[in-house]
Amino acid sequence: MLQELNKIKELNLVTDNKIFYSAVFSREHLTKLFNELKNNELLCFNQLIDITAIDHPSKEKRFELVYILLSMKHNKRVILKTHLEENDSIDSLTEIFQASNWYERECYDLFGIKFNNHPDLRRIMTDYNFEGFPLRKDFPLTGHTEVRYDDVEKKVVYEPVQLTQEYRDFDYTSPWEGMTKGIDDESEQE
Amino acid sequence: MKEIEVNTTTINFGPQHPAAHGVLRLVVELDGEVVERAEPHIGLLHRGTEKLIEYKTYLQAVPYFDRLDYVSPMCQEHAFALATEKLLGIEVPQRAQYIRVIFAEITRLLNHLLNIPAYAADIGAVTPFLWCFEEREKLLQFHEAVSGARFHAAYFRPGGVHQDMPEGMEEKLGKHFEKLPKFIDDLESLLTNNRILRQRSVDIGVISKDEAIEWGCTGPVLRSAGVPWDLRRSQPYDAYDKVEFEIPVGKKGDCFDRYLVRIEEMRQSISIIQQCLKQIKSGEISVIDNKITPPKRSEMKHSMESLIHHFKLFTEGYRVPEGETYNAVEAPKGEFGVFLVSDGSSKPYRCKIRAPGFAHLQTLDFLSQGHLMADIAAILGSLDIVFGEIDR
Repeated sequence: MLQELNKIKELNLVTDNKIFYSAVFSREHLTKLFNELKNNELLCFNQLIDITAIDHPSKEKRFELVYILLSMKHNKRVILKTHLEENDSIDSLTEIFQASNWYERECYDLFGIKFNNHPDLRRIMTDYNFEGFPLRKDFPLTGHTEVRYDDVEKKVVYEPVQLTQEYRDFDYTSPWEGMTKGIDDESEQE
Repeated sequence: MKEIEVNTTTINFGPQHPAAHGVLRLVVELDGEVVERAEPHIGLLHRGTEKLIEYKTYLQAVPYFDRLDYVSPMCQEHAFALATEKLLGIEVPQRAQYIRVIFAEITRLLNHLLNIPAYAADIGAVTPFLWCFEEREKLLQFHEAVSGARFHAAYFRPGGVHQDMPEGMEEKLGKHFEKLPKFIDDLESLLTNNRILRQRSVDIGVISKDEAIEWGCTGPVLRSAGVPWDLRRSQPYDAYDKVEFEIPVGKKGDCFDRYLVRIEEMRQSISIIQQCLKQIKSGEISVIDNKITPPKRSEMKHSMESLIHHFKLFTEGYRVPEGETYNAVEAPKGEFGVFLVSDGSSKPYRCKIRAPGFAHLQTLDFLSQGHLMADIAAILGSLDIVFGEIDR
């Protein structure tokens, strides 16, 4: 099985972890690669378990797009990754795996990754008319708006978030500094 | 030129509807009473669990998993605990493994004891609902006895379980699970051969083997289509490799098969619990490493080191080595997975939750096409939808 995976030249196998393999590919090869993985009798990765992303804002290619496939025949999983820049888009997988429809919508909704030729690329998790991409690291935990029921207008209104207390992020690496940034010693932070 | 009149009605099902099993908004296009398209609008219960977990320590993340699929809390803690343990490179002691299996199976029973009567209620039977809630209450008392909470247990923690079972618990469990199969027989006598239930569920919402795999279906939905795939068997975790059980599969993949698979799974769960109770031995219930699990309360009163460990664990938390892993368990609804990325700090860098219901709800559109509007309730019920996990 491992040999067969190594034969695929678009795939750059990184680790072999008994139950699952982990590999990196570049986004141009997506369609060809997934067709091969799904239809090759010796691999038979016929179930798409999940698509997700990881955000690394400091890196040039900030998004790591992760595909998790399962081969029931061989009882193996493979985790495939590709790296994307902020404005990169990637081909949709919906032609190969129908299940990818909602997973890609979720990635688009929460990270803002665009999928080409997706039949219905709309937001899925967040509110109607939501702005921003919540799972990006630069999106604040509290969000930008909050809602409340306005008794005068008799409807739910959206307002900018107002915190009664500043969000506290304790830095436990030093017992002397309560908050993330030390006032006199900036080097103490993570 | 001949004009064809297209006359479809669009109706809104939900977001608040008793048969929607939560907050589901369904936009249904109907031709008369026949469904042409059913488009789920989800996310009404989105709480940003994955984002919140990124700001919490590994231990603080555990309770969020109870609140995902709130009818099967412990199975989800299980997935997270296993993923964290994998990154930490630790193995939990035997006794903890057995306790986890026992409670994961109790959770499975709890889940099916809610899903089956709720499904039956959707299609017209009220009595099973009352019966099953009584049985659920008895099982929830076991939850409460070990963790102090009926639902939001936070009992399975990375490194083991929170505390040992109270004295006499094993006998109590043993006694209870001797009686439970009788209850399932009674339940079946109400439902399995019931004419109305059969009329409403046989040949409704049929999914084939290939379609089930293609759409990412797992758990009872996949098994009802005839695929004998169960992670407890194929990728065993904790003590599942030490117990014997059978995997029920369906033939047609319709709503009735999904019901039958769940009934049989309950019987298998009881058998697993009974085997565990025979095999379980006394011993430690979590790893003896105070860098990961807190020291005993009594030790803290005497030992300075224990006190420091306790303080560090509940403020900073433990640091998890850099790495990433995907770990899945067979939750009552299907494959519940956690994709965990650690950057070496005491908080997860990314924690993606793979909920089985998300994939299942996606199939609703093609499952309901061509069926009557009333069948949507049956199909939804048989897919076992809970919005806590779908919307996250």
